[in-house]
Amino acid sequence: MRDSFVRRALRHPSFVVGAVLTGLLVVAALLSLVWAPFSPTEIDIPHKLQGPSSTHWLGTDSLGHDIASQLLVGSQNSIVVGVVAVGIGLGLGVLLGCLAAARRGWVEELVMRAADFTFAFPALLSAIMLGAIYGPGLMTGIVAIGIFNVPVFARIARGSASAVWAREYVLAARAAGFGPWRITLDHVLPNIASVLIVQATISFATAILAEAALSYLGLGTQPPQPSWGRMLNEAQTMLFQAPMLAVYPGLAIALSVLGLNLMGDGLRDLLDPKLARRR
Amino acid sequence: MSVFLLKRLMTFLATLAVASVLVFAVLELLPGNVAQVMLGETATPEAIASLEKKLGLDQPPLQRYGHWVSGLLQGHTARSYSYDTPTAELMAERLQVTLPLAALAMSLTVVLALALGIFAASQHNRLGDVGVMAASQLGIAIPSFWFAILLILLFAVKLQWVSAGGFPGWSEDNDGGLIEGLKALALPAVALALVQAAILARVTRSAVVEVMREDFVRTARAKGLSRRATLWRHVLRNAMIPVLTVMGLQFANLITSTIVVENVFVLPGIGRLVFQAIANRDLVVVRDVVMLLVALVVVVNFVVDVLYALVDPRLKASDA
Repeated sequence: MRDSFVRRALRHPSFVVGAVLTGLLVVAALLSLVWAPFSPTEIDIPHKLQGPSSTHWLGTDSLGHDIASQLLVGSQNSIVVGVVAVGIGLGLGVLLGCLAAARRGWVEELVMRAADFTFAFPALLSAIMLGAIYGPGLMTGIVAIGIFNVPVFARIARGSASAVWAREYVLAARAAGFGPWRITLDHVLPNIASVLIVQATISFATAILAEAALSYLGLGTQPPQPSWGRMLNEAQTMLFQAPMLAVYPGLAIALSVLGLNLMGDGLRDLLDPKLARRR
Repeated sequence: MSVFLLKRLMTFLATLAVASVLVFAVLELLPGNVAQVMLGETATPEAIASLEKKLGLDQPPLQRYGHWVSGLLQGHTARSYSYDTPTAELMAERLQVTLPLAALAMSLTVVLALALGIFAASQHNRLGDVGVMAASQLGIAIPSFWFAILLILLFAVKLQWVSAGGFPGWSEDNDGGLIEGLKALALPAVALALVQAAILARVTRSAVVEVMREDFVRTARAKGLSRRATLWRHVLRNAMIPVLTVMGLQFANLITSTIVVENVFVLPGIGRLVFQAIANRDLVVVRDVVMLLVALVVVVNFVVDVLYALVDPRLKASDA
């Protein structure tokens, strides 16, 4: 079973491309923990705005920061935001979604209406409110993106969990006297895991995009910690002198998001062959 | 259908009410002392007390909330702390940029997405379909603000066809006017539309492909209706239901992207206003702008629900 999954995965072009791009992102982040060509925060004015060379592979910015090192270390930021924001959404959302599916009635109604309501607050609006009170920062961004993820996962978990609750084996488990939480842990969660994995991959990509936008606007990661969004903000002031500075960070964001989205699509096909046939 | 609409209207009003409580609670109650937040750590107690009086913070929260909501409904809003102008005036002025930009971007999105989505569906699993789907996958991955910067790089820096940003205004004085205004909004609208259209084209394509498999489409073709007539009369109308739903959901996305892209092109819209307000710690403006944007999102979702009822024949039939 496992063997055939791996073989099918390797034959799925978008999954392979997505996994390679995502792998690169993870490797870059891990590598940057132990090594980068230069310190990403070191200011080196005499060598500012240099083009690509064997010393500075992608050149330097207006303060002489090494662009390649900033990109490498900036990947940590994207991963941290993605993992924590998706973690918040997954943890709270799945809990609420499963609760709604198990309890039905007014609990389900309440959870779903709350989920509908949260959709009226896109991550940026939450970040604006939190940023206005507590000041901008990485945490503001993570919390805002995480909050927006909660209803996304709650809806998906509830929809898939309700379908599982209607199955005969759940009826059998109930007849055998198992309670709702035991059934949720033993039967519902394992059966909705694949849907959640696919959504987590796609939400991870959305979180990277949202973090980049927040950092670009100055509401996310603050200096000196490098982030791709802020690199773009700084590059915009140098468009005439060093246009390529505005290209590299955007490319890094786009390739990471593309990788995660392709991997998510691939996983959906691989984990749900019924859906794949219909597409 | 009327029951459906009535239910939706109730949800719409309830959502607005709860949203207003939340915005008020987060921006007025959560910080503890709003005047302190606005004036900073170094403010003297006298300055704080004077601002508290000016903003009416010495009144009980419930009264302040009631005052705020009734003011919003009547258009008598509080004065901005940094501009010393009623926020309604500030927002009305800035909406003259934001609303046309959002409308332009949405129109471009719909035209692009429907054309590409229907084309891809008609080429299902052929080269055209694969090409459109690959391009849309790329479009979804590109942040709209980065695409905006790339557009500036190409059209303002390299080709020097347009200026790198700014807005001349709609009136003929100061070199503004309709044409000049639209010119200034063209690149931002394209930057916004690309990402939105990429998502919507995929939805349109799957919806059309799905409907084309339905029995009633086969019946229409069997009774001799041409492919084109079947597409326009039967397929599109049914395929529009999921497309409309996604368009409604996308609007929230469009509004937030507009805020970001306005900052890229230095357009004096709502997005610039709110970021300047954050920089100035003008919580009065932040509160009213956030409420306005949430209300916009909720209103558009309500309008989509109404359209949904008009388009979906099943909902119409439920009245009979």
